Amino acid sequence: MAGLKPIDVDEVRKDFPIFETGVVYLDSANTSQRPRQVLAAMDEYHTRFNANIHRGAYRFSEIATERYEATREKAKRYINARSTREIVYTRGTTEGINLVAYGWGRKNVKAGDLIVLTILEHHSNIVPWQILAAEKGARIEWVDIDDSGRLRQDQFADLLKQEPKLVAFGQVSNAMGTVNPVVEMTAAAKAAGATVLVDGAQGAPHAGIDVQAARCDFYAFSSHKMLGPTGAGILYGRREVLEEMDPFLAGGDMIRSVRKEGATYADIPTRFEAGTMPIAQVIGLGAAFDYLDSVGLDRVRAHERDLTEYALEALGEVPGVTLFGPPASERAGVVSFAVEGIHPHDLATILDRHRVAIRAGHHCAQPLMNRLDVTATARASFYLYSRRDEIEVLVEGVRDAQRIFA
Amino acid sequence: MNSGNPDEQFYREYILDHYKNPRNFGRLESPTISHEEDNPLCGDVIGMDLAVEDGKIADVRFHGRGCAISQASASLLTERIKGLTVEEARKINKEDVFEELGIEISPARIKCALLSLKVLKVGAWGLGDWTGEEEE
Repeated sequence: MAGLKPIDVDEVRKDFPIFETGVVYLDSANTSQRPRQVLAAMDEYHTRFNANIHRGAYRFSEIATERYEATREKAKRYINARSTREIVYTRGTTEGINLVAYGWGRKNVKAGDLIVLTILEHHSNIVPWQILAAEKGARIEWVDIDDSGRLRQDQFADLLKQEPKLVAFGQVSNAMGTVNPVVEMTAAAKAAGATVLVDGAQGAPHAGIDVQAARCDFYAFSSHKMLGPTGAGILYGRREVLEEMDPFLAGGDMIRSVRKEGATYADIPTRFEAGTMPIAQVIGLGAAFDYLDSVGLDRVRAHERDLTEYALEALGEVPGVTLFGPPASERAGVVSFAVEGIHPHDLATILDRHRVAIRAGHHCAQPLMNRLDVTATARASFYLYSRRDEIEVLVEGVRDAQRIFA
Repeated sequence: MNSGNPDEQFYREYILDHYKNPRNFGRLESPTISHEEDNPLCGDVIGMDLAVEDGKIADVRFHGRGCAISQASASLLTERIKGLTVEEARKINKEDVFEELGIEISPARIKCALLSLKVLKVGAWGLGDWTGEEEE
């Protein structure tokens, strides 16, 4: 990649105390590690100005509120939203999608309506729609993949002819790393009159997004997969759509006024932020945005591309290894694979004894596992702190497992 | 083989043997009891067919697919219960299963090791709420 200065991984790793343990962490698609800067931001909140937000007329509460709200501006810039009013804090992607299913779906989806999903989806972008569809009498259709793990755009185009009410799909497949053409798919879905939700849990940390260019109505993602802490996330909603939505969780902070006869709701985004929010985590997420900005998402992408190419090549050379998914140029830093005669759980146990952490299982994507005719796969995933020599340890571990199971 | 390698202690020869050559693998023609359970963590499935005659487990087969731990554990369990009275088989608990496997089972793999026992408990005795904790 011309003009891009490669990431100095050894420098980056100094910011991540976890690597002092010697772990070979290849499970960042599951949850990422967190740099000192994120931990320090949360620590500062807890030790220097811990207070609840939006309510205290005293200094600590004002500082806490200011730091908490600062993350909204950073999130707005990270995804290029028009306004901070389009940035809703959540506890993660799952809550974001449920919020939409509840607050938008219950108001807008009717009996007989069509919801289009894809076979690549994570359970969190399946089950809320199944519940909604069952409640409303709506139906769900699925976009299949081709043999390379790409979504079948021909089939998608056919489904759009049926004028779906909603199209919901992941930007990047968590199980196979497939990067879907968000801009093209969203444009086609909008032209067909659909509301579009993009699950950005895997996309936001690695690919990034420009929601104005993508033109999606909703974009949900999690803090903990992008260097931030667990328990926080962002739901982007196009202002016009958010304004028409009902609340999801009800309680304190999301109201304008409450009387015995009823309540009126606060403006967006507060309407969707009931109860005491994860303040420390949101402040930590703000530091994570800063960290990723300082490194540069284009450099992160280039680094992951390099590692993914290397991993596909190195694992591909091992006899008995089957790789799932598209070529490196069309995927994020995720490599899903199977080793002949060795169950992914056994492989993960053996790798663990080599201090290698990978994910083994169905990756909360059982429809995809059924489509691939496997019960589970092994998955290695990378991030800006991952190194080539870690992939070498992985490959050595795979060969060891083969020796044991020979 | 390098015997100092901890993996080779974990995946002991007889566990691998039961995995590669499972005993009592397959289906029974007309079982008295037939039951299947899956491991929601990984989607692995084990089913068991029992032929009970005069209160005794006259024959047993298991089927399904899964990891070495779940398959070896199922294979060992079928060997153990064949010929036992139902009353005797009912007393088998998770400690017996761990003992039979003879290896340290990490928390992440406990469900793998106990999947076949769950099939037996739920299938044979309708203990639908059995969670791996012993009732005794």
